[in-house]
This record gives sequence, structure tokens and C-alpha cells, in this order.
Amino acid sequence: MYPSKFDYVRALSVDDALEKIASDEEAKFIAGGHSLVPLMKFRLATPSLLVDIGGLHDLSYIKDEGDHLAIGALTRHTEVEHSQLLQAELPMLSYVASLVGDPQVRHRGTIGGSVAHGDGASDLPAALLALDASMIAVGPSGRREIPAKEFFKGFLETALSPDELLVEIKVPKGVSSWSYKKFNRRAQDWAIVGVAAVKNGSTKVAFVNMGSSPLRSTGCEDALRSGATIEEAAERAAEGIEPPSDLNASSEFRVHLAKVLTRRALEELS
Amino acid sequence: MKVSMKINGVEYERDVEPRRLLVHYIREDVGLTGTNVGCDTSSCGACTVLMDGKSVKSCTVLAVQAEGAEITTIEGLAEPDGTLHPLQRAFQECHGLQCGYCTPGMVMASLSLIKENPGLDERKVREGLEGNLCRCTGYHNIVKAVLQAADEMGVKA
Repeated sequence: MYPSKFDYVRALSVDDALEKIASDEEAKFIAGGHSLVPLMKFRLATPSLLVDIGGLHDLSYIKDEGDHLAIGALTRHTEVEHSQLLQAELPMLSYVASLVGDPQVRHRGTIGGSVAHGDGASDLPAALLALDASMIAVGPSGRREIPAKEFFKGFLETALSPDELLVEIKVPKGVSSWSYKKFNRRAQDWAIVGVAAVKNGSTKVAFVNMGSSPLRSTGCEDALRSGATIEEAAERAAEGIEPPSDLNASSEFRVHLAKVLTRRALEELS
Repeated sequence: MKVSMKINGVEYERDVEPRRLLVHYIREDVGLTGTNVGCDTSSCGACTVLMDGKSVKSCTVLAVQAEGAEITTIEGLAEPDGTLHPLQRAFQECHGLQCGYCTPGMVMASLSLIKENPGLDERKVREGLEGNLCRCTGYHNIVKAVLQAADEMGVKA
């Protein structure tokens, strides 16, 4: 299967990447390409120009910056999985990265690519949403920080504008406990439903594959804030959420899974 | 555009379209047909090769992205005199293949797995090969072969 025809250029720096992406309205960045190339092979994405940022090795890092960790957008899943710093400070992120695809996919795919792709069925975006991460983007008008809660907009849609490049992900430290529950039927599959629960002061709960983008469970979070028991909070997990039906699960089954997985995740937190 | 890379220690340069997939560059432009195309959707792992020492699915890498990379395919494992690599020999001795279609990908994924994971056990091998499908369902002997080879290569716990 071949993608439709496109032109291809390599970015030599972040500034060069921004200049090149601005030269063509239908251009897209490519890093590891493990979200984009499959879409292009199915012709669901048909960019006319690919700007390859794969050579910008300066964007691959994991740094301790005091109250948060900074992860370069080009950091591959396998590096997130095996980073000693992340395993010590934010073990949930290493664990979630270890569940993405399979080893070959994790060798190529990048955290920035997964986030910029913004797939509601992906593990890392929901985990970052529960962790209250924020995304650093640079564009023609400079650098800006976008909280995860405002970043994921809809089906494969994020707050990034077409001429902006995601360069870093900031994740707050101070997580006292966490749980990630991924429900799928076969190895290497996407989650039918996934739940990320994080205790960092208050408790945050985010869902994988319960909508067109990663979602926070406001029902569950509100319940916990007002002193509800785990059972009561889990019962409200899918409040206001209408998950899609597909070959793997009906909408009703997803709601059921969300409640069960949320209860299990909250039990692990306490 | 011109794309050059080292495959099994030999430098190649070919003029290809940017949409050329790495697996087709290897199979059709260079002529090394040991690497198979299976599902063509990064699920089955038949097209697995090593890119700078790490397993990748070459149906999901553009050849242009591999510019300057060092690629190892199944043809690059045996000694020049034909002596098989410990993994190849283990697959043969443990009956780790039936129809053989998944084998090149299984062997390359296993090589990456063994190199990255000292102290492999059965569970780790099964999980580590989750990206490779064998439709003959010969997993039991594949896992046996990988453990035997890991032992021989001196990296088993």
C-alpha cells in the first residue's frame, strides 16, 4: 500500500522546520511516522509535503526541572518506557508508554507524535490529560504553553495550528499514587476503554477511547471532591459522556467498562 | 530523490520517490527479498528489520526516513561461509517455523529483544514478540528457540 504522492524535505532546525511548514498549506510534520504513515497508506491523510523533523535530535530529552519533568517531543516511546528518571519520578508515564503498540512501534513512535496526532484511542494523550501535563508549541508568533485540558479538541484535532510545532511536554511531579487500566482483547491492540487515574493533591481521572478525543471524567472527579465513596464515584464515571459504538464494543458496554475500570483504578489509588 | 543507507554492511544508493516504503526499497530496489510483507499495516511484524540496531516494521518507515541508517535484514545474520547465526540455528533445531513466512521478522524482532533484555524468560519473550504474528500458530517452539538462542548468546538470566 502506497501513500499518495507527496514532496519531502528534511528540517535542519526548529526554525527551519517552521519555515518549511509555512511554505505549503497541506504540509505536515513527520517524526517517527507511526501514526501518520498508516493514515497516509489508507489515504486518510494526503499531505502534499512532509517536513521531516526526525533529524532534530535536540528535541529528544527527558529533563528534571524541579517541579516538573520536561520531555522533548522527539523522545521515542521506548525511551519513555526505559528512562530511569521517569521510572523514579513519573512511573505511570513509563508504564503507559510500555503499553503502546509493540516493541517495533515503540522503537520508532515519539511522544510528541502521539500527542500531536491526538487520537482519543491512544494511551499517552489520556495519561497526560490525567497528569495535568502541558504542551509547548512554537510557531511564527513564538512559543506558547497549552494545558492538556485545552489541547485535545476532537477527532484527531488539537489546539496546534498548522504552522506550529510541538516541541516539549511538561509533566508536573508530585504524583502520590496512580493507576492505569487498559482493557483490550488481544496483545498490541488499542484500548477498547482505558482509564488513567492520578492522585496529585486532588484525584484526576481520564479516559481512553470513550469519545473522539481523550476525556476527563468530570462526574467521577466531582463526586470524589464532594467526599463520595469509590463505588459512588465510579458509578458517575461516564456522566455526560457518550462513547462511540464500533466492532469492539457498543456504547453501552463502554460505559459499563468505564465504571468498572474506574472503580478498579480508584481502589488501586487508595 | 536519492536515498542511501547501509544494508548488512554494504552501502546502497537508489533514486526513489519519497513515498517509497523501506520494505520495498530493501526488496525491490536493492533486491534482498528475505524480508517479507505481511499485513502491510504495522500489525504482523513480517517486515521487521533492524534500523540502527533496533527492530522496526519496515512497511511503516519511509525509505527517505532511513537515509544514512544502518539496516540489518535476515540476509545479514549468517557468516559469509554460511554458518548460521545462533538464532537461525535455534529456530531450526527447535522447529520454530512451519510455513516460514513470519520467520525473518520473528528472527529480527527476537534479535533486538535479546540484545535489549538481559535476563529473558518465557513471559518476557512472549510479551516481547507481541508485534509478530505466526498464522501457523507455532508460538510455542518460537519462544523455545528464542530462549535457546538467548542462552547461547550469553544473555539469559
